[in-house]
Amino acid sequence: MEYLLMIHADPAGLQRLRDAEKSTALAAYTAYTEALQQAGVLRGGSRLRTADTATTVRVREGRTELLNGPYAETREQLGGYYLIDVPDLDAALAWAARCPGAGHGAVEVRPVWAVCES
Amino acid sequence: MGRSKCGPCGLSVSPEHHAAARAAETTARRSYGKLVALLAARSRDIAGAEDALAEAFAVALADWPHHGVPAKPEAWLLTVARRRLVDEVRRRVHDERSAVQQLLLADEAAEPALYELPDRRLGLLFACAHPAIDAAVRAPLMLQTVLGFDAAAIASAFLVAPTAMGQRLVRAKRRIREAGIALELPATDELQGRLDAVLDAIYAAYAEGWLDADGTDARRRNLADVAIWLGRLVAALLPGEPEALGLLALMLYTDARRGARRCEAGHDYVPLAEQDPRRWDAARIDEAEALLQQASRAGRMGRFQLEAAVQSAHSVRRFGREVDWAAIEQLYAVLAALTASPVVALNHAVARAHVHGIEAALAALDALHGDARLAEYQPYWAARAELLARCARREEACAAYQRAIGLERDPAVRRFLQGRHEEALQDRVEAGGEGAVTQAARR
Repeated sequence: MEYLLMIHADPAGLQRLRDAEKSTALAAYTAYTEALQQAGVLRGGSRLRTADTATTVRVREGRTELLNGPYAETREQLGGYYLIDVPDLDAALAWAARCPGAGHGAVEVRPVWAVCES
Repeated sequence: MGRSKCGPCGLSVSPEHHAAARAAETTARRSYGKLVALLAARSRDIAGAEDALAEAFAVALADWPHHGVPAKPEAWLLTVARRRLVDEVRRRVHDERSAVQQLLLADEAAEPALYELPDRRLGLLFACAHPAIDAAVRAPLMLQTVLGFDAAAIASAFLVAPTAMGQRLVRAKRRIREAGIALELPATDELQGRLDAVLDAIYAAYAEGWLDADGTDARRRNLADVAIWLGRLVAALLPGEPEALGLLALMLYTDARRGARRCEAGHDYVPLAEQDPRRWDAARIDEAEALLQQASRAGRMGRFQLEAAVQSAHSVRRFGREVDWAAIEQLYAVLAALTASPVVALNHAVARAHVHGIEAALAALDALHGDARLAEYQPYWAARAELLARCARREEACAAYQRAIGLERDPAVRRFLQGRHEEALQDRVEAGGEGAVTQAARR
């Protein structure tokens, strides 16, 4: 089954770190990504640019509304995601717990709605 | 204590209410499992017993502030909970002479509240670790039925979604009731095998608690303490079983080093070899040593006694003595023959490095390469990396460190591994011809 791991974290957290700490933090993500690859479970994933670069789009009664900023204004923002394919939720949670983001923010684990289940 | 109805109600403010809430809380903590075991002894309906007990705690919180805490709070709670069970049966079966009801009333008559309540918790533990119960749910089931932890707290500790954990616990209890699993000590010829399952489950709970080295997560730290508590319970109730003593000794040896796994100043991880033995809990180690000696007098060796003996060999550093790696290597050799566990094989390989050299250890690790059970096991990759770095196979060492870092859950251990990885990388720079520069910088 596919699961989306969404990393929610305070973007100011990374900015506060000194350079050496920052590169250690980023290296942990690199190692984690490689571990997912080597386990053969990684289907996709990326780090996202900060939420202040977001634009939110709504269409209401034929009118398109564009807003600067993320959908929800919260201190912790979606900062990146991994899409993994593992046998069950237990396995997905085990990978989520290893994600460096779980240590400084929170990782939300959501099962993907497979097309055939619609 | 997880179950909401057992905790202080939080609504009342008068001193009497506080005293009642405290008495209920204390009784719950001390005798939850004892009461569940007694209530479910005949019906085998653990869920029903827990519900009845939760109601009894609620009644106690309402009653005790007005009438005072009874002289024997456990017996009081047992009587109220039993009445609830009888009422429940009455609601379901509209027959005053129902067999279950008669049994429940007979239980009450047989145990007048004047006497000390018998301790049937061991029977409950054996039911939780019954072969018909899925091995992964045995430890969670013990924590819930014997100690009253709620599903959410257990779920976090075992890294299982709370709803899924709740369902698994419900299913396991239904299985005990429907399959008619007895809440009793197994027959002598069965006892050995069944006891192993009980001890395994307790150790599983301890191992989950042990992962939280920071001790920042109260639930986790609690879990290691709770596992030791369960270990003490089993050792006290079965003092003639050397493996029960061995497990308790093993948990005490490692728990004695809990604080020493973090540096005094910050949150940095300190591996066993670099720990300051003065920061170990000497009283706990002494207790473990005594338990292990007591166990060995039975003359029946087993997995937990062997693992405890390994920890004993490490603990001699507190007397300023060298760790006896030859003994550890031999202990792991026996354990490997006994258990066929890949983790034991890994520890055996690491011990070989100290006795037979790094090449021999790496050869042993190579034999494990490709074992699916180790592919996602961080300590395997960390051990491999360490050995490779020490015999200057740096490229491979770095790859193994990287794998270990990606698999680690604990941020402090991850930082530690990243530090080691960095050292291995710097050595590679030296090998590439810039050694002089690096050497100078180091000086």
